[in-house]
Amino acid sequence: MSIYTLGIDIGSTASKCVILADGKDIVSKSLIAVGAGTSGPQRAIAQVLEEAGMTKEDMSYVLATGYGRNSLESVANHQMSELSCHAKGAAFLFPDVHTVIDIGGQDVKILQIENGVMTNFVMNDKCAAGTGRFLDVMARVLEVKVEDLGALSAQSTKDVAISSTCTVFAESEVISQLAQETDKCDIIKGIHRSVASRVVGLAHRVGIRDLVVMTGGVAQNVGIVQALEEELGHTVHTSPLTQYNGALGAALFAYQKYLKEQKA
Amino acid sequence: MAKTVSPGVLALRKVVDDVHADARKAHAEGRLVGWSSSKFPCELAAAFDLDVMYPENQAAGIAANRDGEIMCQAAEDLGFDNDICGYARISLAYAAGKRASRKVDLETGEYVINPNSGKPLKDENGKVVIDPETGKPKKDPKTMVPYTVLDDIYEIEALPEGREKELRKAAIKPYRQMQIPQPDFVLCCNNICNCMTKWYENIARMRNIPLIMIDIPYNNTVEVADTNVAYVRAQFDNAIKQLEELTGKKFDEKKFEQACANANRTASAWLRVCDYLQYKPAPYSGFDLFNHMADIVTARAKVQAAEAFELLEKDLAEAVKNGETTTPFPEQYRVMFEGIPCWPKLPNLFKPLKANGVNVTAVVYAPAFGFVYDDLDGMARAYYKAPNSVCIEQGVDWREGICRDNKVDGVLVHYNRSCKPWSGYMAEMQRRFTEDLGVPCAGFDGDQADPRNFNEAQYETRVQGLVEAMEANKAKKEAEAK
Repeated sequence: MSIYTLGIDIGSTASKCVILADGKDIVSKSLIAVGAGTSGPQRAIAQVLEEAGMTKEDMSYVLATGYGRNSLESVANHQMSELSCHAKGAAFLFPDVHTVIDIGGQDVKILQIENGVMTNFVMNDKCAAGTGRFLDVMARVLEVKVEDLGALSAQSTKDVAISSTCTVFAESEVISQLAQETDKCDIIKGIHRSVASRVVGLAHRVGIRDLVVMTGGVAQNVGIVQALEEELGHTVHTSPLTQYNGALGAALFAYQKYLKEQKA
Repeated sequence: MAKTVSPGVLALRKVVDDVHADARKAHAEGRLVGWSSSKFPCELAAAFDLDVMYPENQAAGIAANRDGEIMCQAAEDLGFDNDICGYARISLAYAAGKRASRKVDLETGEYVINPNSGKPLKDENGKVVIDPETGKPKKDPKTMVPYTVLDDIYEIEALPEGREKELRKAAIKPYRQMQIPQPDFVLCCNNICNCMTKWYENIARMRNIPLIMIDIPYNNTVEVADTNVAYVRAQFDNAIKQLEELTGKKFDEKKFEQACANANRTASAWLRVCDYLQYKPAPYSGFDLFNHMADIVTARAKVQAAEAFELLEKDLAEAVKNGETTTPFPEQYRVMFEGIPCWPKLPNLFKPLKANGVNVTAVVYAPAFGFVYDDLDGMARAYYKAPNSVCIEQGVDWREGICRDNKVDGVLVHYNRSCKPWSGYMAEMQRRFTEDLGVPCAGFDGDQADPRNFNEAQYETRVQGLVEAMEANKAKKEAEAK
């Protein structure tokens, strides 16, 4: 009989869940676009269980991660930081990974991985520049959907520098570019480069070694991935499961914890 | 169970209490009281029997008493930018006469209690009592406190004698750091930071009092050149002349020599106390060292400080012998805490460390204040070396030495918004710690005095991440050893 584990990742902007069978096969996954402090976590849990046709009691171990992890003490057997969970998830998807770049709603994390385990990390300071929230704000100003940013930046034909590293001031820079009738696609590419240069500056603090993997929702933005590759001079790998990476890592840790507890 | 406090700790507390009481007494008796930066040569002031207060310690105390924000804001209202060091802002507001006070009803003379303050009321079984009317926990009235308001000592002093004056004077918060006398002169040595120069110049101008300045330029080399020593020695001579003019007394060489001997004795005892963190498990936490900073800064040239540290040393020897520790949890990991703590958020800082069994067994203060010298040239050299006046090579060397001696598993770095020079080179230092020591590092944003710059959730994630990285590192080392 299979062992089922549930990983829950409650971020600042989304709630994600993954159910794993025997620590290797994804049974179901869910994503609700609101995070910590909302109905998102409960809805995401209900959805992942429903999709799997299971109940909470079928789960041998539940592990929560992300900013909202501590609000799930009644549901989860254990809580871990999203840092280790992202490392775990990335190492599962890309066994040769040595560097993980995760851009979340309010955090940028660069993780150093050795043999699938996080050995060091660096995170952004208390500033939203370079995070998912930064891109949300820019998309709103530009009146485009955040998910279209990547495709639009690919149509850029001219370099536009967005020099500011502050979300609020970058917003006014973008507004002034719009007032000068600069092409939106060029502005978006400039925004991506601005994010990439900030993230890469952070990444150099822990060092960059191949394989470089990008996780988190922002990894779906091909414009950011491309800008990062240009800045880093390394290929940046992504997975279709990128948004679920933290929850996947949590489910993998849950499986390990379960086995350890059984042995004990 | 009530926490027992060792005789050494009690003696250290008394030393600081006495320093404050002496200064208040001197002021009341019309004698001069100075304010000094933490690493101004205290031996010089001691040679003139001067009472001196230390604004950095004062600001830390005010911040720890949760009044950092109101005082910082008061300084900002006076026109000081919120980018300036939180200690400087608190001190400048205090120098301007601003005080954190309890809100008092001038009609009734009663303090106005803040209904949002206080801890939940618990019944005899330790359960939180719920108010049936609101459905929310009831407050324990004993833990509720009055609103904090900003007052002005000069405004109070200008009032005619009477009830309002008395009530407002009495309403100023009673803890010692909010009761220190205004300065009659200031002693500034900018070895500890460069912001200090403008901070003290502002106080001197604000209060129209003498400023005695010792300038220590940033040192780009590990060794202190003879020309630099000569530059500092000449300033010592000038400071002595200024102190002679200020006090109308001649420089007393005997008292100076005694003060130097005391300072050396205190520093040596302090270093030995710091060394007890090398034991595994450590008999106390690095957070305790932060508390003893008040003694090493405010009373280094006093024999009582040396005696108190020597007593603490004995307590620690006994604790090690008996396998005891003041750390309230089993020590699973040992870290260096880099930088000044976030004083207003000390419990929040400690909580995730305690939850994860992380003991702070290394801090960089030990070499910073534990300096011993033989002669005046040696003294000049010693004052040349403070955390922010030395080059990165020296800074890394100090820290890595403590990390190795105190056997740390990781480093937790406070990127302190108040202290740009200290935080500025930490990213490079972090890189070197990992490369040279093979330990993970985590950095978090905060501030030594302004609580607005700290985010608990972000801090907790970084601590948990550090713990997980230390766990992985330990497992790796254990596997390699097998």
